[in-house]
Amino acid sequence: MSPFLRDTLLLALGVSALLLALTVFGERLRARRAIPDPAVEVFMTRIDSWWAMVVAFTLAILIGPWAVVLLFGVASFAALREFYTYSVHSRADHLSLALAFYILLPVQFLFVILDLQRLFAVFIPVYVFLLLPFVSVLRGSTEGFLARVSETQWGLMIAVFCLSHIPALMWLHPDGSGRGMLLIAFLILVVQTGDLVDFYLGRRAGRRRIVPGLSPKTWEGALWGIAAAAGLGFVLSWITPHGPLTAAALAAVASAAGQAGHLVLRAIKRDRGLRDWSHLIPGQGGFLDQLDSAIFAAPVFYHLTRLLWLTT
Amino acid sequence: MTTASFPRRLFARIAGQALVLFARAITAVHAEWRGVGPSPRQRVYFANHVSNADMPMIWSVLPHHLRMHTRPVAAADYWLKNRLRAFAGGEVFRAVLIDRRPEARTEDPMEAILEAIDQGASLIIFPEGLRNQGPEPLKPFKSGLYNIASARPGVELVPTWIANLNAVMPKGEIIPLPLMVRVIFGEPVTLRDGEDRGTFLTRAAAALLALKPSDGPGGRG
Repeated sequence: MSPFLRDTLLLALGVSALLLALTVFGERLRARRAIPDPAVEVFMTRIDSWWAMVVAFTLAILIGPWAVVLLFGVASFAALREFYTYSVHSRADHLSLALAFYILLPVQFLFVILDLQRLFAVFIPVYVFLLLPFVSVLRGSTEGFLARVSETQWGLMIAVFCLSHIPALMWLHPDGSGRGMLLIAFLILVVQTGDLVDFYLGRRAGRRRIVPGLSPKTWEGALWGIAAAAGLGFVLSWITPHGPLTAAALAAVASAAGQAGHLVLRAIKRDRGLRDWSHLIPGQGGFLDQLDSAIFAAPVFYHLTRLLWLTT
Repeated sequence: MTTASFPRRLFARIAGQALVLFARAITAVHAEWRGVGPSPRQRVYFANHVSNADMPMIWSVLPHHLRMHTRPVAAADYWLKNRLRAFAGGEVFRAVLIDRRPEARTEDPMEAILEAIDQGASLIIFPEGLRNQGPEPLKPFKSGLYNIASARPGVELVPTWIANLNAVMPKGEIIPLPLMVRVIFGEPVTLRDGEDRGTFLTRAAAALLALKPSDGPGGRG
């Protein structure tokens, strides 16, 4: 058995054991109550969604890089659809949005799978940014033009460009053997752990709200979340090319970026009068709700990892 | 319709399922049962009409056991135009085809509709008649809904608002955008004792319009 396969299976077993413990915990809560408790049911739905995500992701890693890229490509499509359903656009943007969904998104993920790092890094922030508004302007309507093209570009940046950094991590490993795919698991696990610690502990014990009126998130909860992410990063450093302390530091930065991103997307949802982006992931809301932290953490994590890898 | 061969009926069912999967994959179409549940009562779903995709959207969002007993009421001149449409309309959707042109038709459209109800089918109708391509959200209703309500009072009339479909494919565009669509089912409207045609139709239209999400970002009516 190759070291990569061994580590993948070890990690999958570890995560499954954790989910199994949570499933048993939830079922016992359920059994103790005479009538179904909504909070427990939501918790169990979330655990079920987690099982589905872990199984899908593990299978994708075992199949190979293209399966991982395809998985995140589909997630990106769903996230962009959620964003554009509620973004400002008019009929004049019809072709721009069609291009975004059917051409730009697949091309960006094609750059990921072919490991074309230069194109991957400039395609959407530079070339699409400059040229896509031109497609909209050709229709001649200038009403709300700046808001329309800005929101179109924002959707592409968040749901395609930033999100595509998650699968792009697979090539960031010195031995280039696909071990980088485990970095994806590392990023998602540390970021989600930080979010969960903040959600289940920080909101009860924390005192100082970060943005009162927008979110119950507190400074204490955020710090505990970052600490928990760092702790998990330390423990999981064996799946990264880094030492334990570097892995912990990277995990802490990723969690901080992720939690900031969560608040940013929450402000957008509030502005549009939404609670969740969609209903597509049971118990979690939409793809953007599920991936918000990972989307913001991925580019930061990607560039720091690359920097460390190039300089050491 | 009932005389079609077995392979043909099987193919029609497969085509129907493929259409449901396609609609869900592209628009993530989602049912919101606000005023009624998805129960197997005999119903007439009356909906706003902006696009040719309206009827397939409602059809796709119904649970399978309801879809099997639900037939859209559709225009014969559109659905009989070529063989593909005739297959889709007649065998996939099992539409109740009526002729919109009074001068050309041989039977009263109400007769066909009531016959379908008497056979136990639920129906999907668009009481605005033609597609609404104007600026107002809903055009005045035609009389069909009133005629059904007075002739078959036991049938539930469920207002059904299709939200955001116009953004998926505005008039004149060729490529559909994969934006999310919602179908909202409201509380049934019943004909009151002695209520006249005009009052009832206005009230039914108001009940449908009340389901429309607010305009602007976030609403996406």
